[in-house]
Amino acid sequence: MSEQSAERPAFRLKTAELAVAGFFFLLGAIVIFDSVRLGAKWAADGPQPGYFPFYLGCLICAASAINGVMALRLSGDRNTAFVGRRQLKLVLSVLIPSAIFAGLVGWLGIYVSAVLYVGLFMRWLGRYAWWKLAAVALGNSVAFYLIFEMWFKVPLPKGPIEALLGLD
Amino acid sequence: MQEIESLLQGFAVALSLQNLGLMFVGIVLGVIIGVLPGLGGANGVAILLPLTFSMAQTPGGQTSAIILLSCIYWGALFGGAITSILFNIPGEPWSVATTFDGYPLAQKGRAGHALTAAFTSSFIGALIAVIVITFLSPIIASFALEFGPAEFFSVYLLTFCAFVGMSKEPVFKTVASMMIGFALAAVGTDPVTGTLRLTFGSVRLLNGFDFLIAVIGLFGIGEILLTLEEGLAFKGASAKLNLRAVIETWKELPRYWLTSLRGAAVGCFMGIVPGGATPASFMSYGVARRFSKDGDKFGSGQIEGVVAPETAAHAAGTSALLPMITLGVPGSPTAAVLLGGLLIWGLQPGPLLFVEQKDFVWGLIASMYLGNIAGLIVVLTCVPLFAAILRIPFSVIAPIIIVICAIGAYTVNNSLFDVWMMVVFGVAGYFLKKLSYPLAPLVLAIVLGDRAEASFRQAILGSQGDMAVFFSNGLVGSITGLALLLLFWPLISLVIARLRRRA
Repeated sequence: MSEQSAERPAFRLKTAELAVAGFFFLLGAIVIFDSVRLGAKWAADGPQPGYFPFYLGCLICAASAINGVMALRLSGDRNTAFVGRRQLKLVLSVLIPSAIFAGLVGWLGIYVSAVLYVGLFMRWLGRYAWWKLAAVALGNSVAFYLIFEMWFKVPLPKGPIEALLGLD
Repeated sequence: MQEIESLLQGFAVALSLQNLGLMFVGIVLGVIIGVLPGLGGANGVAILLPLTFSMAQTPGGQTSAIILLSCIYWGALFGGAITSILFNIPGEPWSVATTFDGYPLAQKGRAGHALTAAFTSSFIGALIAVIVITFLSPIIASFALEFGPAEFFSVYLLTFCAFVGMSKEPVFKTVASMMIGFALAAVGTDPVTGTLRLTFGSVRLLNGFDFLIAVIGLFGIGEILLTLEEGLAFKGASAKLNLRAVIETWKELPRYWLTSLRGAAVGCFMGIVPGGATPASFMSYGVARRFSKDGDKFGSGQIEGVVAPETAAHAAGTSALLPMITLGVPGSPTAAVLLGGLLIWGLQPGPLLFVEQKDFVWGLIASMYLGNIAGLIVVLTCVPLFAAILRIPFSVIAPIIIVICAIGAYTVNNSLFDVWMMVVFGVAGYFLKKLSYPLAPLVLAIVLGDRAEASFRQAILGSQGDMAVFFSNGLVGSITGLALLLLFWPLISLVIARLRRRA
């Protein structure tokens, strides 16, 4: 923990608390809005579709408002770093490639994307030799192919390269 | 002794060669899942659930499927202790309390003793919980056969109020995350009238949010992002477990029988009332420290300090299945995922299971006995192997875990949109966990949302909108009353504390 406090914060606890509370409040408001549109009252045939969600929305907004106020009242010394700069960098260095990987799956299929993702991840964060990461990345995808397509017969998304190899 | 007879029939089901094989596979997978950062009981079971879809189509396959998945759960419960003791990293939230005395023991070179104590007490905790399940669940189930919508809603209410009353997290954060879960469950088709809700014209949202995706994202991706902050390397004690350490520890363990018994009692109670394994392990540790002769030495490496939380965590984790099979109300996120599995396989969880699916229920209960014995054998013999997994550098294991999560998310509905949603839930999980919003009520709310709403609406439809229906008879009234008591418990305990201070 001492390491954490020495580090320059990327942003502070209060900011994060307020952002999440605000986001939840917004979600609650959306729920209320749609429930009112559908009707949140008692009709001739019983409660309308929006009846239950309407109160959910109200509770979300109320709880978020309280959480927001609590965050605002956070005193200076307790307003510690939510995440340090070095930490945020690490987290983003995993999150961004993962998001790109999730995007690539639709285009290249899961196996090829996984080879690229595992390989580049090992290169960036682990600085492994090329032959090592090639072995792990290819081996990983081949193993998954055998487990899912052959053993459990669960088809996973495939792309142009599998089609080229005739594995479709 | 009709239970014994049913149980023996259950053993006949569970003891087939295929089911025994699945048991071992499940345990090994479960321990690996429990050891790996970012994979835990809940999302491990969620990822592997789609693999059982075709298995459940065959005759008797539903029983095999639940045996596989529940054994993964037992394995994960065992696995959490390995990382806590050897690496001071709780692989699962319920093994945090195990690190207090387990890691100091490992540093003193007594890792083998700590591991043996942890595994053995886990086993005893689970065993006591399974015995409770064997004898209590038929009673609860036959009782619950009489339940109407009002009673069911009051049980749901009790579940969720218990989270508010018992969670260590700030009350309004618990409420907010729970209600967000309900709101996510409400997206899609209204269960009663069929109207589309909260979809805003998007075709993707027609079926709502799948809780399996939420579990994989929140617990899997979110957990990996959190682990990353701590850096990329794990440093741990070496894992040696020889026969001598095992026997020495077993000789020492009977001394702590009272601690074990207390731990198991706390665990069973917290598991059935959905408090969950995590608070149970902390409570048991605290109680043991207060009552033990060596209470002041706790934290410096006491075997008793490993026994207490492990017994409770495993007892709670196991008994969380009791309300799941008898009432259809899971006591923990992993039980919720198993419940989701039951629904997908076409079984209706709840009291009728004991009437219509006897083989399934008793096969499952028998497999709990066998699975935990198998688990104890596997972990005692293979600890060094499992510990070696943690020595794989994070930069290799992390992308592979994320690929596994992505495959798991995709296979739920064969939808790429779900893979993207998994990443979104992962980011949400990272923020919520860091800001101490509890995730368990959120997941349980997504699973139970539609059913809770349906029973609520049926109940007040019957009473023409009169809320008094939830107090209309002794049974429903006392459950609702208990729920409200738990809901306002934080407030009540605050008032009591104030009054005491004044006196």
